[in-house]
Amino acid sequence: MNLTLKIWRQKSPSSKGEMKTYPVKDISEDMSFLEMMDVLNEELINKGEEPVAFDHDCREGICGMCSMYINGEPHGPDRAVTTCQLHMRKFNDGDTIHIEPWRANAFPVLKDLVVDRSSFDRVIQAGGYVSVNTSGNSQDANAIPIPKENADLAFDAATCIGCGACVAACKNASAMLFVSAKVSQLSLLPQGEVEAKDRVLNMIDQMDDEGFGNCTNTGACAIECPKEISLDNIARMNREYLSASVSK
Amino acid sequence: MSTLDSKIPEGPVADKWTNHKNHINVVNPANKRLIDVIVVGSGLAGASASASLAEMGYNVKTFCFQDSPRRAHSIAAQGGINAAKNYQNDGDSTYRLFYDTVKGGDYRAREANVYRLAEVSASIIDQCVAQGVPFAREYGGLLDNRSFGGVLVSRTFYAKGQTGQQLLLGAYSAMSRQINKGKVTMYNRHEMLDLVLVDGKARGIIARNLVTGELERHSAHAVVLATGGYGNVFYLSTNAMGSNVTAAWRAHRRGAYFANPCYTQIHPTCIPRSGDYQSKLTLMSESLRNDGRIWVPKHKKDVEAIRSGKLKPTDLKENDRDYYLERRYPAFGNLVPRDVASRAAKERCDAGFGVNKTGEAVYLDFTAAIMRYGSEKAHTSHIHNPTDAQIRELGEKVIENKYGNLFQIYEKITDDNPYKTPMMIYPAVHYTMGGLWVDYNLMTTIPGCYAAGEANFSDHGANRLGASALMQGLADGYFVLPYTIGDFLADDIRTGEISTESPEFEATEKDVKDRLEALINNKGSKSVDHFHKRLGKVMWDKVGMARKTEGLKEAMAEIKQMREEFYKDVFVPGTVDEFNPELEKAARVADFLELGELFAKDALDRNESCGGHFREESQTEEGEAKRDDVNFAFVSAWEWTGNPSESNLHKEDLKFENIELKQRSYK
Ligand SMILES: Cc1cc2nc3c(=O)[nH]c(=O)nc-3n(C[C@H](O)[C@H](O)[C@H](O)COP(=O)(O)OP(=O)(O)OC[C@H]3O[C@@H](n4cnc5c(N)ncnc54)[C@H](O)[C@@H]3O)c2cc1C
Ligand code: SF4
Ligand code: FES
Repeated sequence: MNLTLKIWRQKSPSSKGEMKTYPVKDISEDMSFLEMMDVLNEELINKGEEPVAFDHDCREGICGMCSMYINGEPHGPDRAVTTCQLHMRKFNDGDTIHIEPWRANAFPVLKDLVVDRSSFDRVIQAGGYVSVNTSGNSQDANAIPIPKENADLAFDAATCIGCGACVAACKNASAMLFVSAKVSQLSLLPQGEVEAKDRVLNMIDQMDDEGFGNCTNTGACAIECPKEISLDNIARMNREYLSASVSK
Repeated sequence: MSTLDSKIPEGPVADKWTNHKNHINVVNPANKRLIDVIVVGSGLAGASASASLAEMGYNVKTFCFQDSPRRAHSIAAQGGINAAKNYQNDGDSTYRLFYDTVKGGDYRAREANVYRLAEVSASIIDQCVAQGVPFAREYGGLLDNRSFGGVLVSRTFYAKGQTGQQLLLGAYSAMSRQINKGKVTMYNRHEMLDLVLVDGKARGIIARNLVTGELERHSAHAVVLATGGYGNVFYLSTNAMGSNVTAAWRAHRRGAYFANPCYTQIHPTCIPRSGDYQSKLTLMSESLRNDGRIWVPKHKKDVEAIRSGKLKPTDLKENDRDYYLERRYPAFGNLVPRDVASRAAKERCDAGFGVNKTGEAVYLDFTAAIMRYGSEKAHTSHIHNPTDAQIRELGEKVIENKYGNLFQIYEKITDDNPYKTPMMIYPAVHYTMGGLWVDYNLMTTIPGCYAAGEANFSDHGANRLGASALMQGLADGYFVLPYTIGDFLADDIRTGEISTESPEFEATEKDVKDRLEALINNKGSKSVDHFHKRLGKVMWDKVGMARKTEGLKEAMAEIKQMREEFYKDVFVPGTVDEFNPELEKAARVADFLELGELFAKDALDRNESCGGHFREESQTEEGEAKRDDVNFAFVSAWEWTGNPSESNLHKEDLKFENIELKQRSYK
């Protein structure tokens, strides 16, 4: 198929960006979206032009690095996939595709489609862990049985890949889905319960400091989340936060 | 530096590690604060090492080229992690895990290291659970296990098909806690481009800030390389796009020997390639072989009909299918080790039985498991006389629970529903057992330079068993390196901070700068990918699943010639001092072009078949790999001399005192 791409080009964090138009030809529907971008880049390089910079690594939907805002949706039109898992069979011959970076104050653009998501790391550093040292004599892994239901819920929350699509999807650029996924995972497990109060307060403080917006319960985050992280996590975090604030 | 001292401790194998820990030097907690350690890599090995070293008191600086340490390629590991816990009470033990790993590695690993790995394996699971890693559990609330290839017990812990993700996020969170305390400084989007030696010791690195393009000098008293594997020398592999050999290769050029570069694992169950534009291959976890049966049609006419779309695989009768692994290896069946399964798939496809258009695919079929689980489920749910459709539906649920995300990945890529029709799979490059040579302390031949995780060569011999890389990465990082590194650092308590203003830093930085500028100023006519793809093709065709003298010699000559052409004709757009992904790739591919030649040389030198290394000249009449213990029971450690083809070979003889050397048999 033949397509017209309109892509955000921005040379550096401080320079002004603009949308530029690029035609691409003979795209196979079995290609992934990023393989289509590879084709474009190879063409640009062969013409002596600068290829489009974009983040990617695993190309199988798990590292959370790829991050394109395609036709107004983070990770594009398909559901429960990352940009690297999106395939061209979701598009039609002749389509025009708009490709932009994540837009959020807490995710400044570095170049073209690449943004800086280190704010997410700092939120985790504020409390997204269990304070346990490596010792070689932790208690036996089976010492505390964990109900399968809780273990499964904790696992579901833990599958968040930290891509930031939830923020990009939200009109307020809120990071609630991301933060609540980590808070939920740890508060659902006995190992994480001990520090639950401090964790939720510290992580939310950091989230606010980074400039993420407020949650107004629109739910766009969960719709665009490639890992289908549930809104229940936000509800759980709100409860945790309330009870932690009260007891402080 | 010509003799290899592996520093294996004295005494019986089961006591070596404890004795060693009791006798090596340690640095007292107050002095640890005076010592800096650089860790390059934030995968399982690097993140766990960073966290543990910082907890002990060292000042740690950690580097990764991704935008966050959480994205290291360990995140992609799917199937599971081994540990000798014997929770299933099926006779597992430290010794059995040790034995399986040495045997699985086709008797080309160091016994003492493997024993230690098995010994600390149980602590890994305890540690991860304490961190809040949500492993799969049974209804009773206890941890669940599954089986992996090459073993007869069930010792693999897992978190659906995302075990690597969960373990890495555990290590990442432990490291994040130390970042918060100021004990780890994290450098994201930084790439190490050279190792700096001062007075013969590793004392720092030159790293490029990938956002600004600036070269930075970082010093420390020791440098740990936990930079992953080099499977991308084949261009197409299951590794992430950025995985590369540069850190290890640059250390090699500075004096670290490179061990067994040709030991590569070709994983039997990956999604077959679909076209020339393909940028990477996707693994379908080995855990699927617990429940999937591998087959091709028995008759050529059915192969033709399937390829042309006239026949559906589901319509082919049982009698007309060849479950070739079950046929050839009745004892292990679909759970033979990876190297054996891969070669068997290649054998069938080479014989013309491949089931897709390119003739390079076999089936992995879940029907039997779906129906079996479905009947069980119907029974336990008290459904009497269930219909086939009901059973199927119940069974599909069970399978979804176990492998849901893998089935989803498969469907997204191929547009086929693997619950309804068998998956198509083919072998692909997956893991490199070779890597920097290290002694028992995980130190390379450069004093103060350590290698951990997939970057070293140490524990898997010529073939790695499934679920053992995660175990090794975390063993190295949590439980081995933090202790053994003290033995070296104990001499440094009075050294003080290492200055970056020395001539050594100056000269190394200049080397890097010149290298990058040469690439940018080359202004040739071909892209970096052009060369990478060509290199990959030579590697796959001539240094891939089957290797022979003639092909290996050709490969060496072709790669050398390709390297010359690369330096004449590569085009790298942009400038050095900006965000420039093409320049990053160019520097990596330049190193792959050197490694590739040494790789082929190593494969040529090793005139035996062992594990993943199959020399056509060395096989039994039935086409099984034939090892040669008389002439090749050694580790090949290569010393850089300025040219890959002229590298010097050093041999570390492997002694087997606890396990008898036998030809592997999985029949
Ligand atoms: C798809 C897939 C599935 C797998 N499944 C399993 C499984 O189920 N069980 C199992 O046991 N094993 C599995 N493996 C193997 C296992 O995942 C890896 O061997 C292991 O995770 C490697 O960990 P590591 O810490 O050594 O390296 P990696 O996780 O690869 O980390 C390398 C790190 O080094 C950094 N780095 C590299 N070079 C530089 C440089 N020059 N400068 C700065 N930083 C650098 C990277 O940024 C990264 O942080 C799988 C592998 C793949 C590819
Ligand atoms: S919650 Fe979903 S969208 Fe947000 S970072 Fe996690 S995986 Fe991405
Ligand atoms: S590249 Fe890793 S999730 Fe897309």
